Amino acid sequence: MAADKVVYLDNNATTMVAPEVYEAMAPYFTELYGNPSSMHTFGGQVGVAVDRARQQVGSLLGCDSAELVFTSCGTESDSTAILSALRANPDKRHVVTTRVEHPAVKNLCENLGSMTGTKYRVTMLKVSEDGLVDFDEYVNALSEDTAIVSIMWANNETGVVFPVPEMARAAKDRGVLFHTDAVQAVGKIPINLKELDIDYLSMSGHKLHAPKGVGILYVRRGTAYAPFMTGGHQEHGRRAGTENVASIIGLGKACELAGEKMEEENGRVKELRDKLEHGLMTSIPRAILNGNKEQRLPNTTNISFEYVEGEAILLHMNRFKICASSGSACTSGSLEPSHVLRAMGVPFTAAHGSIRFSLSVYNTEEEIDFVLDKMPAIIAELREMSPFWPGQ
Amino acid sequence: MWLYTDTVTEHFQNPRNVGEVDNANGVGDVGSLACGDALKLTLKIEDECIIEAKFKTFGCASAIASSSALTEMIKGMEIAEAEKITNEDIAEFLGGLPKEKMHCSVMGREALEAAIADYRGETLPSTEGQVVCECFGVTDLEITRAIKESNLRSVEEITNFTKAGGGCGKCEDQLESLLRQTISEGLQIVEVNKKPKRMTTLQKIKKIEDVLEREVRPGLRLDGGDIELIDVDGDFVIVSMRGQCTSCAKSETTIKELVEKKLREQVLETLIVEEEK
Repeated sequence: MAADKVVYLDNNATTMVAPEVYEAMAPYFTELYGNPSSMHTFGGQVGVAVDRARQQVGSLLGCDSAELVFTSCGTESDSTAILSALRANPDKRHVVTTRVEHPAVKNLCENLGSMTGTKYRVTMLKVSEDGLVDFDEYVNALSEDTAIVSIMWANNETGVVFPVPEMARAAKDRGVLFHTDAVQAVGKIPINLKELDIDYLSMSGHKLHAPKGVGILYVRRGTAYAPFMTGGHQEHGRRAGTENVASIIGLGKACELAGEKMEEENGRVKELRDKLEHGLMTSIPRAILNGNKEQRLPNTTNISFEYVEGEAILLHMNRFKICASSGSACTSGSLEPSHVLRAMGVPFTAAHGSIRFSLSVYNTEEEIDFVLDKMPAIIAELREMSPFWPGQ
Repeated sequence: MWLYTDTVTEHFQNPRNVGEVDNANGVGDVGSLACGDALKLTLKIEDECIIEAKFKTFGCASAIASSSALTEMIKGMEIAEAEKITNEDIAEFLGGLPKEKMHCSVMGREALEAAIADYRGETLPSTEGQVVCECFGVTDLEITRAIKESNLRSVEEITNFTKAGGGCGKCEDQLESLLRQTISEGLQIVEVNKKPKRMTTLQKIKKIEDVLEREVRPGLRLDGGDIELIDVDGDFVIVSMRGQCTSCAKSETTIKELVEKKLREQVLETLIVEEEK
């Protein structure tokens, strides 16, 4: 392993823009820079390219491209979907979500009162030790008063996958709108929206090798919609503002590639993840896997190393240019471990020392071997220093 | 990513004095696993001098660097000197810490205090007091002390330095009121220490009238009496008793024991109250 090579195992945070994606985008900066709304061919051809990108996204998600709105990010998609549903159902005052949602949904649901000026009852479903929701509890939470359900497809910290197709069906049976934040799931789990009862789905470009600053909101045909921004007629009046053309082209290309690489993601990448996980769990004592081992994304593993703190681990890994994330953010404003691990009841001996490794198709076995070689000594050194380490 | 100084990074990567001193006679154990950081400082003290210092720390990079720095600072130091070390000194040794990480330096100072107290067989005042932040077990005494020592001026700063309020945030209102209270106490102390300002006669009269109205008249009126301010001449306050008080044999005592006492307490130490003849 070359000493200066970055080993990037933080793909749930963001991903590299795929070279093919970058290449597809390049002409739209300096050559094809026209405005898609223009009358002339120079701009009009860009509009055609934007629609082609929309179709590329549509084929990955299994929906009609007319059901897709380009946004600026996953968060915008989440907010637009949830607030649209609330506006469309002014008489319903109940929202169902989980305790382990991404802040984009969690913080919105916690602040609906101040955002909308209306009081909402929010059910935040608890999760079990392995991060799953009790299905009966979910169904029982749905009522005539429920305006929308918002449940993530896959968890960004643990990779745990919720049974979203079944959950969406249960919501539909009770006449409740269903939104899913699928930011981590798209490209890793096959999705065919035509066959599902999902009303809104959010995704983000930069999690699947497209650039940052572009997202998608899927809105099932005929579903209530209220634009987040008012202005021009772009996106058929559903999202005003001149299109982020190059990024949209990039997102289209990235979706095409993701479809092609889904198999590799669930094959080779999963094998690498399993090798890493198994290696770490066997070479390092008192390591705990966080999240259900089976119902999980193929690229993610979240492991707690007891009696040591996450930031210290990450900074030692940083010396070897190994990039990952920690559920513990030792900032004064958030000294507590992540809300996801807390909701799962991870013991406090382990909650501060959790590390998330998230892989992509660009990772190699050589990299995994390198990480497996370095990690035991890093953890051992920190444990040697920890006043709580009881020894092996 | 944190922007740590080279010194912080260096102490984190190559921490000095890791471990526990054999036969330590001063041990400071602060923080906990649940809180996310903890430090065990062990000292060997001979002839009031720290001859050996080691640490074990569970925590982030700046917690480890602060512990390492602390042990380097105090080795070979007289206890009397070591006692004067503040969290700011530790942060300064490291070339500064991000403000959100200042609590790491506070943890160092606390461990040092605890170790010295342990050596002396004393109990620390900070282990007393009322717990304000339940998430991190921070007491009002610790918070008040941090406010005074580091001149804190917002709840956010209190959290940065003590961690209080960094968990569920339920104690924020209490932190706010502790902050106000401590700051206003601080201001009062400053005023007391200052030379009393010379009052103009007009200010004096106003204040005297105010005290008479609030503190003296209500009591006299219960007995059917009253008091009137006739004149103020330098330190001399001339009053006249009215109603039942005029004929009261104890009016002399009332004037000295009640009126003069109140006015001296609340207006000016040197006042002398006399009845108009």
